[in-house]
Amino acid sequence: MIRQPSVLVLNDGATFEGYAAGHLPDEGFTSGEFVFNTALSGYQEVITDPSYAGQIISFTYPHIGNYGVTPLDDESLRPWCQGVVMRELSHVPSNWRSVGPLEGFLRQHRVAAIVGVDTRRLTRHLRAHGALPGAFGHGDPSVVAAAARTALGTDNTDMVGRVSTSEIYTRGAGAHHVVALDYGIKTTMVHQLAKRFRLSVVPAATSAEEIRSLNPDGVFLSNGPGDPAALGEQVRVLEQLLGTVPIFGICLGHQLLAQALGGCTFKLPFGHHGSNHPVCDLATGRIEITAQNHNYAVEPDSLVRGVVSHVNLNDGVIEGVSAPSERCFSVQYHPEAGPGPHDARYLFERFDDALRDGATTGV
Amino acid sequence: MPKRIDIHSIMVIGSGPIVIGQACEFDYSGTQACQVLRAEGFKVILVNSNPATIMTDPATADVTYVEPLDADVLTDIIERERPDALLPTLGGQTALNLTMELVRRGVTERFGVEVIGARPDAIATAEDRDLFKSAMADIGLAVPESGFARSVDEAFDVASDIGWPVMIRPSFILGGSGTGIAHNEAQLRLLAGEGIAASPVSEILVERSVAGWKEFELEVMRDHADNCVVVCGIENFDPMGVHTGDSITVAPIQTLSDVEYQEMRDDAFAVLRRVGVETGGSNVQFAVDPASGERLVIEMNPRVSRSSALASKATGFPIAKIAARLAVGYTLDEIRNDITEVTPASFEPVIDYVVTKIPRWAFEKLPGATAELGTRMQSVGEVMAIGRNFAESLQKAVRSLEQGRAGFALGRHSEFVDVDLERLWHSSVVATPERLFALHELLWRGASIEDVVHRTGIDCWFIQQLSEIIERERELSPGVVLEEFSARQWRRYKQWGFSDPQIADLCARATEDVTALRRAAGVVTTFKTVDTCAAEFEASTPYHYSTYEDTSEVRASARDRVIILGSGPNRIGQGIEFDYCCVHASLVLRDMGYETIMVNCNPETVSTDYSTSDRLYFEPLTPEDVAEVVAAEQAACVDGARVLGVIVSLGGQTPLKLSHSIDPALVLGTPVASIDAAEDREQWSAICTSLGLRQPPGDVALNLADAKAIVRGIGYPVLVRPSYVLGGRAMEIVYDDASLERVMKDLTSQHGSLAREGGVSQSRPILIDSFLEDAIEVDVDAVRDRAGDVFIAGVMEHVEEAGVHSGDSACALPPQTLSDAVLATLHAHTKKIAEGLGVVGLINVQYAVKDDEVFVLEANPRASRTVPFVAKATGVALAQVAVRVMMGQTLRDLVDQGVVPAATPVPAYVSVKEAVLPFNRFPGVDTVLGPEMRSTGEVMGVGESFGIAFAKAQLAAGTGLPDHGQVFMSLADRDKVQGLELARLLVDLGFTLAATVGTAGYLRAHGVVVDTLVGKVGLADMGVDAVSMIATGEVQLVINTPSGSGARADGALIRGACIVHAVSCLTTISAGLAAAKGIADTRSQGWRVVSLQELHR
Repeated sequence: MIRQPSVLVLNDGATFEGYAAGHLPDEGFTSGEFVFNTALSGYQEVITDPSYAGQIISFTYPHIGNYGVTPLDDESLRPWCQGVVMRELSHVPSNWRSVGPLEGFLRQHRVAAIVGVDTRRLTRHLRAHGALPGAFGHGDPSVVAAAARTALGTDNTDMVGRVSTSEIYTRGAGAHHVVALDYGIKTTMVHQLAKRFRLSVVPAATSAEEIRSLNPDGVFLSNGPGDPAALGEQVRVLEQLLGTVPIFGICLGHQLLAQALGGCTFKLPFGHHGSNHPVCDLATGRIEITAQNHNYAVEPDSLVRGVVSHVNLNDGVIEGVSAPSERCFSVQYHPEAGPGPHDARYLFERFDDALRDGATTGV
Repeated sequence: MPKRIDIHSIMVIGSGPIVIGQACEFDYSGTQACQVLRAEGFKVILVNSNPATIMTDPATADVTYVEPLDADVLTDIIERERPDALLPTLGGQTALNLTMELVRRGVTERFGVEVIGARPDAIATAEDRDLFKSAMADIGLAVPESGFARSVDEAFDVASDIGWPVMIRPSFILGGSGTGIAHNEAQLRLLAGEGIAASPVSEILVERSVAGWKEFELEVMRDHADNCVVVCGIENFDPMGVHTGDSITVAPIQTLSDVEYQEMRDDAFAVLRRVGVETGGSNVQFAVDPASGERLVIEMNPRVSRSSALASKATGFPIAKIAARLAVGYTLDEIRNDITEVTPASFEPVIDYVVTKIPRWAFEKLPGATAELGTRMQSVGEVMAIGRNFAESLQKAVRSLEQGRAGFALGRHSEFVDVDLERLWHSSVVATPERLFALHELLWRGASIEDVVHRTGIDCWFIQQLSEIIERERELSPGVVLEEFSARQWRRYKQWGFSDPQIADLCARATEDVTALRRAAGVVTTFKTVDTCAAEFEASTPYHYSTYEDTSEVRASARDRVIILGSGPNRIGQGIEFDYCCVHASLVLRDMGYETIMVNCNPETVSTDYSTSDRLYFEPLTPEDVAEVVAAEQAACVDGARVLGVIVSLGGQTPLKLSHSIDPALVLGTPVASIDAAEDREQWSAICTSLGLRQPPGDVALNLADAKAIVRGIGYPVLVRPSYVLGGRAMEIVYDDASLERVMKDLTSQHGSLAREGGVSQSRPILIDSFLEDAIEVDVDAVRDRAGDVFIAGVMEHVEEAGVHSGDSACALPPQTLSDAVLATLHAHTKKIAEGLGVVGLINVQYAVKDDEVFVLEANPRASRTVPFVAKATGVALAQVAVRVMMGQTLRDLVDQGVVPAATPVPAYVSVKEAVLPFNRFPGVDTVLGPEMRSTGEVMGVGESFGIAFAKAQLAAGTGLPDHGQVFMSLADRDKVQGLELARLLVDLGFTLAATVGTAGYLRAHGVVVDTLVGKVGLADMGVDAVSMIATGEVQLVINTPSGSGARADGALIRGACIVHAVSCLTTISAGLAAAKGIADTRSQGWRVVSLQELHR
């Protein structure tokens, strides 16, 4: 297969050569914030994860697309990322679940990609300089370089509105009713919740009153893209809900809950994006291997209420908080997996337990 | 929980000699474990019978027993050392089995020894097929259903229950004969009938066939707090049906979606928990139906394994080290990842490259064996290669094999070029060592990916990758103008693993031109790092592989450095002994303050442990790959630091062959020209003549006429051998014209034994020498320094007479029968030769002593196979001495420093080295020893007398000598005189004798009582048949010496029966005499276990 040359340029001028793949944007380039993901499998889930809105994903594992794509693995209706960087893209997928090659999927969803890149050099660059904005494309290299210079990161941007559902939808038939705030919810999260609860997924902009009017037994806060510090409106909603109903948050939901508990967030140099992060549950001492995808984290010692429940063993970053008196808890990582290990799925049971306790004590 | 403080001393059991299925990987894991446990403050007591290992170096453990791995011997050691704990999970199946035996006998309980690492009941659950099956049922996991049948009807009933197709396997049949897949009743009735007939116990296993399913392995670890991690997922290129040790394997897993992978991961942890592996590493194997994703558990090993060594090298995560720490109480989060040095071991490594392992077989050394791969492992070694994509790693792995192939893309040099399509398909469908290359030819000829996938069962992702390599290969043809290649074009081929010689060959150019043009285009090798985390964290352990990318990661340093070239894949003739030497070089050079750089491609070894050297390059050992490492190291020198040189003389033939491609100024030690002089027949003869040394008469031949002319001059018997080959490849002793014709025809044939190595030529002729019958063979290892001093480190007297390859014969140190005068001659000759060749470093000289006259057979100015044995037997770290000398130190200085004794050490005890042969894997192969080496490993026995040391060595090698019973003797005519002496000794020891008609007649004529007369095999009217006597346990020892020529069929059957029924079988009179002495000494003196530390004191 003959591919057009493509060039990748970061905001700081670092340049990488490759070949154009996937969708070829009319303007000749795509731009966004570059992040790397270290998972060895699960590229389709990653590409369709709404939390990557505004970002360009570089996969550190060199062979991507080996097992094709299947609608079963979509984490949302379509990819939200700005582009994909790979070393190798498989032409012919091999797996009984596959309905087609990844490249066709990228074209169908108009996602630009660049292949043949020294992704390890890119990873090391991002590790040293932090997640950087930039651009890549098959267009005139000087145009791509200019785009890279003006490309924006995710700081202070509210991406949630773009990826959240516009209408309420329901799933599941459990005994308890859970209202899930969709900041960019992943399908696996919906599945994990719907397996256990009667679920109403509501837009991110839903007010506390509207949520209460749905009579939830519990409220779930989903993952989502962008800077949590730019979502003051959502934090205020949570402040109103705190204490009135058990709350479970994941990822962005965790960062928003922590803010509602008086904490604040900061941006990590290059974030955690992968399926192999060790997290210690401080209550039990047990180690979970977790899927993670976050650029921001809760500032240590910033919580006014609540305690740290989980930490990342690699770098000590806060991975979970809990405020038993407010009957809420949250984790920074992804217990639902999709992609990633299933070690932390017990947290959904813990939420279920919290709802049961709530039911028996009458709150 | 931190380290346990209730245990202080731990016994570690090694895996014994290198055999097929248990190789250097257990030296790697055992050495790591010993180092870690000692670092944690435990006293480590090590037992291993294999002297060629790093783990049996006296510095590795506190107390080191080089003793037979036998329950009685271990009991003696436990009684003597009283360890608090026993760690059985690092010495392969051998250590697990022995531990179970000690537990069964109540030894561990009696001496209060706690088994750590794996509980006995967990071992039992994992190892026992039925227990394992029911354990899997408990946790809802499926295993392939199966049942035994003793009749065709029973087989049909079992198959009807299981569902079609079924696999039929006769019980107790080696090598898979009588195995097959039945798709319907008719096929089943045929196969089952054949199978039951083939089985010695008339029983077959009928199992659900999963042939053609995908095969995966997960390397998992668990700590006592129940934290579990997957270290590495491995996917087999060869589908189910080929033993994973014989499969090409790839890491990480390529063709599973995350959904499937995570379910498999959940299953693996469930298996660990159910089997009850409380701490340590395990390996769980799965089969996956490519059509439906259905997943079956195939087996699990509750210990470190060959795969875990591979996983450690593939990811940088040292499984054995961590398993040892977990066994003494740590949890995963308490152990640091020593690559990142900041993150804990409680994570799952991720990699940003692809790893390919290819096994290496030795069928060419085992005529009579069928080169078909199946469920029993047959490979003797393996290579691993790392690339940024599968194609690069595959092509690098192929050239790492050192089989004359420059990569997967062979152009028109494939051995399958002239094969017709039907046979080509057959060679692609049936798994053999050459299947990969049959696939190449098939795809080259245009077979569709669909057809190939359908008929071979190999996953289409792999076949697609192969066909993409071929697509690039087609682009490279003699019409291509490489001068016009852009950097992007060069990268297109280099990133897909094409070596410069490969491109040169395809484009009909000189390799030097290709390299020069490529470099001129700005495309140079870059080195990336293995770091367990895909660059997410900074890595401090420099473990590199080459690829073609934008940037390189080799760090600059201001220290002088030395590059050590390793020995590549294990093969018969070149194995762990050379890895031992390379590791010692690294150790001593680091001691001397130099930076050490190791280059090797064998994933099993200690040399490729990234902590052995300052930097490890996991690279093929070819001129191009090595030159790039040298260049990278030179480029990384700052502040006046230099690459002081390259060590080529410690890794066997592999690095020696590379010496010509290295700047002569960089070759450390003996100059390349001297090495060549010793290999070149004419130069070597001239040297011997000038030094006044006697050689067996002989000359070089290029064809049969030459050979016949030589024989006319020197007479039969003659030793016929090619030059420049390893381990006596294709060497034969020839007694008559007919044999000479046969041997010469094979050697000079285009498709004969030497075809792959380039055949016979003026520069690589055939050597024909007079063969000295009944001479004693002697090996001498020595070191010579620049000042001309020579240290004779060890003189080894072989038990088997000259003519048996030195690697296959037992030998004793100190020598047992040589006179002082002969010894003095051997010393003097060795000094002269070392001087004459200008050796700086090690030299090994082989002699034949006949009637007290000394003949020089050959000299090798490099490390020999016996270096580690000499070191263990004498306590002198010979390889380290050699390296110091190569770096310019003098022996006089080293004597002054106490590193080297002033004279050849003569130990007060006797050490015997015995070879271990792989015949139990190859039932069709005759076990008679000859000039072609076939042993895979060695053991050492130590005792106060030769007899005891020999008897210990026999037990360590697998079959102990009997104390009483019946000895069966069948002797060649020329052995009968000496055989009489042996027979008398055995009768004196109380044995009864059985003998063949001829032998019995001779013995009886000389007054020896022979109780049983034995007839020809299969001829019932001639009396009892030897094979059935062996099978029924009527014979405890067999002495069977083959006649020099002619029919060997009967003997072969007898020797084969001995292998199957584990009866000690000696094929030379000298070994028989040694055995008699061993039995006598064992009886009169008894055995005493003794540690190396005591012996070397």
